[in-house]
Amino acid sequence: MIGFILRRVAGALPVLAIVSLITFSLMRLIPGDPAAAIAGLSATPQMIAQIRADLGLDEPFLTQMVSWYGNLFQGSLGRSILLGKGVVEVTFERLPVTLGLSAYALVLTLLIGLASGIIAAIRHNTVVDQIAMAFAMIGISVPSFFLGLVMIILFAVHLGWLPSGGYVTFQSDPWGWFRSMTMPAISLALLQAGLLARITRSTMLEVLRQDYIRTARAKGLPDWQIVFRHALANAMIPITTVVGIIVSLLISGSVVTEALFSIPGIGQLLTQAVLSRDYPMVQGGLLLVTVFLVIVNILVEVAYALLDPRVRYE
Amino acid sequence: MSEAAVLPGQPAETMEQPASAVAPERRIHPALATLRSLFRHRLFVTGLILFGIIAILAVLAPWITSANPNRLAMRFKFLPPGGDWVFGTDSFGRSMWARTVYGAQLSMLIGASVVLINAVLGTLIGATAGYFRRTDNALMRVNDALMAFPAILLAIAVTAVLGPSTMNVIIALAIVYVPRTARIVRASVIVQREMDYVQAAVASGVGQLRILWRHVLPNAMAPMIVQLSFLFAYAVLSEATLSFLGVGAVPPTPTWGGMMAEGRDFMRDAPWIIAIPGVALMITVLGLNMLGDGLRDVLDPRMGMHQ
Repeated sequence: MIGFILRRVAGALPVLAIVSLITFSLMRLIPGDPAAAIAGLSATPQMIAQIRADLGLDEPFLTQMVSWYGNLFQGSLGRSILLGKGVVEVTFERLPVTLGLSAYALVLTLLIGLASGIIAAIRHNTVVDQIAMAFAMIGISVPSFFLGLVMIILFAVHLGWLPSGGYVTFQSDPWGWFRSMTMPAISLALLQAGLLARITRSTMLEVLRQDYIRTARAKGLPDWQIVFRHALANAMIPITTVVGIIVSLLISGSVVTEALFSIPGIGQLLTQAVLSRDYPMVQGGLLLVTVFLVIVNILVEVAYALLDPRVRYE
Repeated sequence: MSEAAVLPGQPAETMEQPASAVAPERRIHPALATLRSLFRHRLFVTGLILFGIIAILAVLAPWITSANPNRLAMRFKFLPPGGDWVFGTDSFGRSMWARTVYGAQLSMLIGASVVLINAVLGTLIGATAGYFRRTDNALMRVNDALMAFPAILLAIAVTAVLGPSTMNVIIALAIVYVPRTARIVRASVIVQREMDYVQAAVASGVGQLRILWRHVLPNAMAPMIVQLSFLFAYAVLSEATLSFLGVGAVPPTPTWGGMMAEGRDFMRDAPWIIAIPGVALMITVLGLNMLGDGLRDVLDPRMGMHQ
């Protein structure tokens, strides 16, 4: 098992190397003078020169790269121009907000997605199946920010049940956190829940057709036991691999959800950084979030290998 | 799209046989059979109609709207739908109908461009990696790295670097999605290149490139065609997301995402500014997803949802 984990980590290293190279090069691809772009239209030549020197943009490409990687290995990704703080520091300040929202949305995704997928598979080709799949289809087709806006108009503006946005920390006010995160989490979970329902259904159908299920039926096991003990246990294995994709989609989706509900997470941080041309923040934040996702994917693969011993020996 | 492309699991050769060799009478052309089962597929037809409505509106935009989508008429602002203004007006008194229809045009333009770029580059990269195995490692490492980025964040970062414009949105979405398409093409090329007919072609002295182009690719196309219709949906959705966040096409270009972002300030009194582009976006994506499901059921039954 340890060998398997080490191999996975080693396999992720080249990917991380290329990811970091892409993020480094990204800022150097800005057409024209990046310093002028950061400074904006009203900047004086002195200001532009200052920014250029601060970011090391006046040095040759290779020197820039060496010093960027040098800093990277010392855990520094430069300073955010907008916030005046270290990129790593700011990212880790905001990350828990996004992780909390994503965790809430992940729970909703798993509950809705798995339940409707399983029910649809058990009641294959019935009205229940068709309704569940129609909802899944709508789930993957409704833009999350549109659902979010509709919910805000309904539940915040007209009914006044839930706040239309804003953020309180879970530690200071758990109920307030729950209230302010519910609409964002629902709008964020919708797409993934639809995807998961579809995947769960087709995986379950695949498993339910297997011979050992027929055997279980033949020896007179009750339906619920066949579904939960025999079918679901095996269907869960391929479904596990989807969780990595779901987490990536949640982090991606949190960008627009946070902008919509004014939640000060990583997505809002990076959108603001983009809009204010805070390139070190964009670059560093993008790199850190991607590294985080690579780690999540390794964990998912390890979980997969724990569930299905065959994988370990491939 | 070549007709051979819609025939998975069947060597392209059969298409070239002289008519006399195609045995019994009343046997219909395989491509025609595929089309026929597509049009018998309810989901596919529904999706085609939904998507078709939006696509036709987009094409006919200049003829079915009398107003310039960017013409300001402040004395007509916040008119609700109905009456002279079918879809009402927005906060600047611009026609929502004209803006929605021109927004459809932009969505279609971006969706179609991203799909086209994916079809060409995705096939090129995927087929090279899948067929010429020595290139596989290098190509797929870069591919994996690009896929490791969260999609929207990468698209935002790329538009941040290139600057907001319609062209740059297309480039950003291509960078995000080409690796995903390439992976799918690669996987089906790897399956095809192990088939006996490839061995046969090698044995009869056909060149590698010709085998890839004439024999392997047509048989490996089905999963990509299915992917492209979903990709169209992702591209339209992502473009709307980028515009909603303010990093897409520059205002006052009418984009559905941009219109919805502008409507946020007036959602209590003028909810139609959000609802109309939102519903248009939903119909487009829903149509494309249904189309994709239908294509998958017919072209790539192993992956099907509706066994």
